[in-house]
Formats: sequence, structure tokens, C-alpha cells
Amino acid sequence: MNASGTVRPPARLRIRASHLFVLPYVIFLVLFGVLPGIMALVFSFSKFVGGRPQLFAAGLTNYVTVFSDFRFANAMKNMLNYLIISLPVGVIGVLLLALLLHARPNRFTAVMRTIYFVPGAVAGPAVVLLAIFMFDPNVGPFRDLLHVMGFEKVNDVVRDSRVPLLFTLISFFAGAGGWVAIFFGGLNSISQEIQEAAVMDGCSPPQVAWYIKLPLIRPYIAYMAILSFAGNIQLFAEPQLLARVQGATIGAYWSPNQLSYAFAFTLGNFGAAAALSLLMLAIGLLGAILVVRFTNLFRTDAIAN
Amino acid sequence: MANVTSTYPARAVRRPFVFRLYRAIIGDLGVAGFLFWLIILIVAAIFFGLPLLWLLLAPSKSDRELLSLSPLAFGSLGGYGQAWANLNTFNKGAITRWAFNSLLYSVSSLLISVLMTLPAGYALATSRFFGRRLILTLTLITMILPGSALVLPLFLEINAVGLVNTPWAVILPSAFFPFGVYLAYIYFAASLPKDLLAAARVDGANEWQLFRFLGFPLARTLLGLLTFLSFTANWNNYFLPFVMLNNTSLYNLPLGLQALITGTSALYPTFATDLPLKRPEAALTGLLMVLPVAIVFLISQRYVISGALAGATKE
Repeated sequence: MNASGTVRPPARLRIRASHLFVLPYVIFLVLFGVLPGIMALVFSFSKFVGGRPQLFAAGLTNYVTVFSDFRFANAMKNMLNYLIISLPVGVIGVLLLALLLHARPNRFTAVMRTIYFVPGAVAGPAVVLLAIFMFDPNVGPFRDLLHVMGFEKVNDVVRDSRVPLLFTLISFFAGAGGWVAIFFGGLNSISQEIQEAAVMDGCSPPQVAWYIKLPLIRPYIAYMAILSFAGNIQLFAEPQLLARVQGATIGAYWSPNQLSYAFAFTLGNFGAAAALSLLMLAIGLLGAILVVRFTNLFRTDAIAN
Repeated sequence: MANVTSTYPARAVRRPFVFRLYRAIIGDLGVAGFLFWLIILIVAAIFFGLPLLWLLLAPSKSDRELLSLSPLAFGSLGGYGQAWANLNTFNKGAITRWAFNSLLYSVSSLLISVLMTLPAGYALATSRFFGRRLILTLTLITMILPGSALVLPLFLEINAVGLVNTPWAVILPSAFFPFGVYLAYIYFAASLPKDLLAAARVDGANEWQLFRFLGFPLARTLLGLLTFLSFTANWNNYFLPFVMLNNTSLYNLPLGLQALITGTSALYPTFATDLPLKRPEAALTGLLMVLPVAIVFLISQRYVISGALAGATKE
């Protein structure tokens, strides 16, 4: 209906309207996403004198400061000790629960799924509070079990050597249910015919789970591994709060994020804090790349639907 | 669906009830397999369920009863009232203020983020315009940036405009919700038929009218999902307010709970104090923080999963 074929005025109008539609979001995107990201990068090369940044004045000094800090190696070691337990336990536990639930999708398992799911509502200081009660051999619902295991005070349970395990329990409690639900959704999307064919061919339920279901939900497993890895290295509230309650057992610099916070607000060294934050970000990205490589996440033939 | 009748030869004879019961419950798992299945699921249910059940019951008991009664015993309804009254002695009713602040911060961030998320997602999904790809790319990048990496620069930014220690320091950064925009983008891209939009445009509707009368009415499910995700994240937000606020009257519930854990003898009677803050009061604070989100979780389990799945398949 437009006479001139080359110029399209309505299109240009549409463009202007769309820009208005995205404008508020773009402002927030720049102010609270892009700008802080760039600032973090710039600060990691900057020197702070009396809280004022001298841009790019530091070169790589901040990174050297972080690496040579005696608490850095310790924090990284703590984080590694935690990851070694929490990642396998998390992935295998979630996978096991999802597969077991999926072996009998009925009302009973639906109730179970909901019970596993609701603790996802507990986060931050509330998780720690609950954990302190649960680990207390005099108060929590597991106190008889803890007594049998020979614990008498909460300090007996919360020991330095056991902290990675305790944090694993905490993160599994609060995080596993959501992943179980997601994996279950993934299992539900596997075609019925493949499973029935496997059964006809004589596969037992564990074999169906191992040879049919597991490979088909591989993308979900990889997705969980990436996000759990990125989340686990960002531990802050748990050590921060358990440290205060326990006195000296867990230091105030237990996790890299705590150290980063201390650099910024205790020592006033925003540059080193930014350098450490970026380092953690890099480690998270590296982990993601490794997982993608390792599991062929993007091999799309594995996606059932 | 895992009922594998097909593996058994068809028989005209009706099997005895016990046999049918056996097959319905144990079936292809076998007795050992079934016991393994049942025990693991029950143990998991205890692991996930008992702590929350305990938290629900704990404030009904006095501190002494928490030690003497069975962990899952119910004290009395009056126990909750007593714990609440005790809690209110802390900083002259700070708990009420914290709960109010939590609500204020969460709802304000939610409203702001939904108001900008819906139109942005709609525009990104329905029209091509200059900068669209850039916006989508930046959204994806900021989505994967861990919040803690941005908190320090955010602090300096907010500090530079003098908003540290005001509600805005928490509300504005939390209102930036790139995952929500991404979700809205894929939602509109999948649910709005292109032909319908084209037809409406031919009929002379402008972009605002298209959004108002075609996009918005379709966005009900999306709105529920956005509300859920944004509200729960903001309600539980800890690190950002921890850095931005140091005035106790501005604290939200997570910060208040933290103050209660670290600043009082509620959990461990390390120093003598006149405050009647003990374990039941700490548990009640935790319950106040957990219960609203837990209820929302219960109601909207399906939404949550579809939302998480939308993220899972973003490749």
C-alpha cells in the first residue's frame, strides 16, 4: 500500500517505538550491569589513595597483592576442599533422587518431590541459622543421631576439618530440590517409546536409568554442574556467619569472597578486592568451559524433545 | 507409565489380589530394589523435611523446653506470642521494621523491574531495531556475572551519588533483572504469532496498542513467573544490603537475622545479657524470613520449574 518501495516510513516509526520500549531497561542495564562490570575491570588495575581511585596507576600490583597475600592460598584451598565434596555429592545426589522418583511417577513420589523442593525457600542467614540448630546435639531433630555418633556440643560437630562437609550438607539441603525438579522435568520429556523398547529388550529399571535416561538428560547435568560450580565458589554468608558463632574455628577469611570483602572494607583496598572478584569470575567461566568441553553440552542430538 | 505390563504374557485369568498389589508396588524393581528405592526416598524426605518442620515448631517452645522436650513436640500457641513479644524488645521493635523493610525493598524492586522488563522483552522479541543484538548480548553476559563481583563497584557507584544507606541503594540495583528480560524475550518470541502482529499493524495499530492489547494480555503466565523469581530473590537478598546499609533501622530480615546471630547471645550464651533473646526468638526470626517464600514455593512449584527450564535451554 506504500507507493515508494525503497523507503519504508512505518518501519522507521516502529524502530523509534521499540527504542522507547527498551529505554528504561537499557538505562538499568548500563547503570547496574555494564558500568559496574567495567569499573571492576578498571579498578583491578587502579590504585586507591584515601578511597579515591587513580585509574590504571597500579598496573598489575593488585593482582600481585592478592596472589602474595598469605590468606589467599588458604581461601583457595578451603574453596577447593569444599568443591571436591560438594560438586560430586550434589550432582550424584540430585541425579539419584530424580531417577528414583522417575521410576514410579505417582502421588507418593509427587509428595516426595515437593518435600525436597520447599527447602529451596531457605536462603542466606536463614540457612545458617537452621544449620546451627541442626548441628547442635542438644536441640535439633537429629540430636539423637548426633549423640549416637558421639557428639555433645555444637563445637564438636563444627570443626575445621569438617567444614567442607557441613557446607555441602547445607548447600544440598537448600539447593538440591530445585535441581531434582528440573531433572525430573527433563526425564519426563524423554519419549515413552524408547523406554518401553528398552524394557522389551530386557533392560532392568537400573539399566533403563543408566543407558537410556542418563545420557538423554546430560544437558541438564552439565547445566547444573556449571551453575553449582559458579555458585559454590561464591560462598559468603555461610562462613561469615558460622565464623562469628564459632569464635575461632572458621576464620573471617575462609572463602575468597570473604577475603575480597575484607580487602575492600577492612583494608580499603578496592583494587585488590576487584582483582580477586575478577579472578573468581574467571575461575567460574573456566569451570563452565571445562564442563561444556567435557560433557559435549552443545551436542544437540542428546536433547530428547 | 513405568507400568510394564507388556513384559508379562497376557492371561485371561484374573490374578489374586495380593499378586496384583505386589506388582503395582514392587513390580519390576524386585523386593531388594524396591526397599532401596523406598529407603533412599524416605531418608531424603527426612533430610529435607525435618529441619523445616522443626523450624515451624521451635518458636512454640521456651528455650528450656527446646532442650527438654522432644525436638518435634509442640509447645503452646502462646509460645509464638511470647517469642514475638521478646523479639520486640530487641532495638525497640526492630523486628517489625525489618519485616516491613524486607517487604518494601522486595515489592519496590519487583514493581520497577516488571515495569521495564515486560516492554523490553516484548520489543526485543517482536521487532528488529538498531542495538537489539547488543542489548541481548549484554543481557546474557550480565546474567552470568556473579552478583558478588559487581557489589563493590555498585557500592562505589551508589556512594558517588550519595545514596548509600538509603533504601534506594538496595531497591535500584535489585530492580535490574536481566534474567527476567531474557525470560520475557523468549516468552514473547514463542507465544506471539508474527502474523497476528502484522495483521494488527496493517489495521493501523501503533506499537503501544500492539503491546497493550496483544502482548500484555498474553503475559499472565510470564507475569506470575517474573513475580515469583524477582520476589524470592529480593526477599532473600543478603550480600547487597550487607554492603549498602549499615543503619540497623534500614535492615531487611536477612540482615536483621544476621545481627541477631552475631550481635546477641540468642544462640550461644557467650556473654551475660538482660535481653530475653534466646533460641526460640532466633527461630521465629528465621521462620518469618522463610515462611512467606516457602508458601509461595509450595503454590508455584510448576511455575518455578518451567522458569528454570526456560533458562536451561537457552542455547
